[in-house]
Amino acid sequence: MDLRYSDAEQAFRNDLRAWLEATLPGLPTKPSPDDWTGRRAYDTHWQRLLFDAGYAGVDWPVEGGGRGSTAVEELIFKEELERAHAPYVGVNFVGLLHAGPTVIAEGTPEQRARFLPPILRGDEVWCQGFSEPNAGSDLASMRTRAVRDGDDYVISGQKIWTSHAEVADYCELLVRTGPEDSRHRGISWLILPMDSPGVDIRPLHTIAGSTEFAELFLDEVRVPVANRVGDENDGWRVTMVTLSFERGTAFVGDLLEAIELLTTSVALARRTGAWADPGVRRQAGHLKAELDALYALTKRNVSQAARTGIPGVGGTYFKLAYSETRHKLGEFSLALLDRAGLAAHDLEGIDGEGLLPAGTMVEDWLRGISLTIAAGTSQIQRNIVGERILGLPKEPQAATGRKG
Amino acid sequence: MDFEVSEFQTELADGIRRLCEGAFPLEEIRRTESTERVVDRAGWARLGEAGVFHLCLAEEAGGVGLGLAEAALVYEELGRALVPGPLVASHLAAGLVDGADDGSVVVGLVERPVPGAVGTSSLPVVVEHLADLDVLLVLSDAGIERLEPASLDATHLPRPMDPLTPVWSLPVLPAGEPVAGPDVAGWWRRDGAVLTAALQVGMAQWACDLAVEYAKGRVQFGRPIGGFQAVKHLCADMAVRAEVARCAVQAAAVTVDQADVGDADVAAAGAKLLADEAAVTNGRSCIQVHGGMGFTWEVPAHLAYKRARVLATQFGGDDALAESLADALAAD
Repeated sequence: MDLRYSDAEQAFRNDLRAWLEATLPGLPTKPSPDDWTGRRAYDTHWQRLLFDAGYAGVDWPVEGGGRGSTAVEELIFKEELERAHAPYVGVNFVGLLHAGPTVIAEGTPEQRARFLPPILRGDEVWCQGFSEPNAGSDLASMRTRAVRDGDDYVISGQKIWTSHAEVADYCELLVRTGPEDSRHRGISWLILPMDSPGVDIRPLHTIAGSTEFAELFLDEVRVPVANRVGDENDGWRVTMVTLSFERGTAFVGDLLEAIELLTTSVALARRTGAWADPGVRRQAGHLKAELDALYALTKRNVSQAARTGIPGVGGTYFKLAYSETRHKLGEFSLALLDRAGLAAHDLEGIDGEGLLPAGTMVEDWLRGISLTIAAGTSQIQRNIVGERILGLPKEPQAATGRKG
Repeated sequence: MDFEVSEFQTELADGIRRLCEGAFPLEEIRRTESTERVVDRAGWARLGEAGVFHLCLAEEAGGVGLGLAEAALVYEELGRALVPGPLVASHLAAGLVDGADDGSVVVGLVERPVPGAVGTSSLPVVVEHLADLDVLLVLSDAGIERLEPASLDATHLPRPMDPLTPVWSLPVLPAGEPVAGPDVAGWWRRDGAVLTAALQVGMAQWACDLAVEYAKGRVQFGRPIGGFQAVKHLCADMAVRAEVARCAVQAAAVTVDQADVGDADVAAAGAKLLADEAAVTNGRSCIQVHGGMGFTWEVPAHLAYKRARVLATQFGGDDALAESLADALAAD
């Protein structure tokens, strides 16, 4: 067990830090949260800067056009970006973290050549069409149907939680190509051009009031068979393969953000006088212990991935523990604001010391709720830990192989 | 950076696990329940021979010269086996008290109460394992003092909370012979917290394993109870808690060993806080999974829960640890 960084790792960090210091001051002003055209322009411009500096796809394999960094370098990359308050991956999330790695692993040479470079350069934006109104935790029960017609699939159905749909060029779409009750054995993975006729987008407001969510309605949309990644009816496996790109660093930025939020909360508590309350101090101390431990767990996960190339079970442990800690942190900061937290934006304090960070804190508290739901609810995660790691008996699979 | 347990470290921990399975099987340990003496001298000597107490002592001083990281792995195994006795005190005392290093002398440790500390009036001093001790050390901010256990006018308390942690009370601790100063007291608090936390992690894991095993075998409503989400999720949370605490403890130990990777005192406090919580909560959940049997002495679930409570009072309780972490936050 060694927590010291090697000379090479330190050099990677120093170079990146210098580049960030030189580059970030030149960024344009951040667009407002609901200005999706502006946000796309901002996020893709940032991606282009990363590309030109050789930092695009830092965690992508070299054969996919990425930097092929080690898992430890990925950790450093995310640490430094967060430390410097560099832009978040934003609208490039699905392309860089999910669709791109899937095309690298399972795509044809033509698909790789066509779709990977524009993701790395920030030229094309992707969204995800996996969940459906009736296929959430039970994703394999999805019903969006794709029927072969010559060289095309004709697709009808509905998807949900399609983040950034309104500014996306492509959608990684899971469709039912097998019989209705074929579950995970009858799913295919398609590349859907978002400007295809029959694609309709309806934005959904998130609990935090933002509009990155959308529903996707597909009415006899034609997609070329050539846009299928992997074999027909093999889309479930194709999707799972991508998960192996997860090397334990997915939440690093988020975790560092939480550590910063704790610091901001402590500063607020000292400003309001709440810090005199031992209960408040102990809650803060407890949160620090938890966040530090989660950082240690991240380093454990990254180290395992660096050695074996395979993510261990630590990722599931991390998500469960982190989502709970994040929720507690949200509640902690909200309590410090007292009734000033009724405003979901920064507001002037009466002490002449400037703005109170109510905007950040309220938004953070609300966004934190998604952590126990997205990418597998905490309840599903506990089933996974119980069944796959601890070997406890499975849930009844009443729907398997039958109509559910 | 490579925070994975090395092959050597894994072998070391495996060796201690095998030693414990041979020298401290649970049914043997339980023979001494509710007696005045729980330290098996022969077993203690075997621990000494295996290097448990002098692992971190420099080679020129007759030790193994390893780091606290290795000691934490070893202590996790001792915790998993529920080995009774003043394990941490004897490790800290190696090099200071003759015979502590090889296990021929059993050393205990008690914190000297701070006069006037909030919430301590009316409370006696409680000392663990007195009848087993050759030497009792007293820890305070000023340093470490040595007392002869036999010289103390202490009252044996016949029904200890943990049947494997016999206890005595006395109204006040007499002054002892000073044997170390405040610097040593400072690092004993830090290393003691890390090693105690390591014991807690071992017990948290043991409680999880015991609960999982029971949940697989116990059938109700025609199914093993581990198939029900209500029970499965209790078990999953136990596994997560143990793993998060384990990472905190190992990171704290490495932070003690390696300069410049962080604040070792802060890391130790955080690790102890989470490990205490993991051991206590997992102990409680383990009892819950066992249902009515968990409320009896027929199954050993209660032993981990009670020991966790004992260890949670040593080297800083929850509130003190959380306050020290808050101080670190405020100093940033």
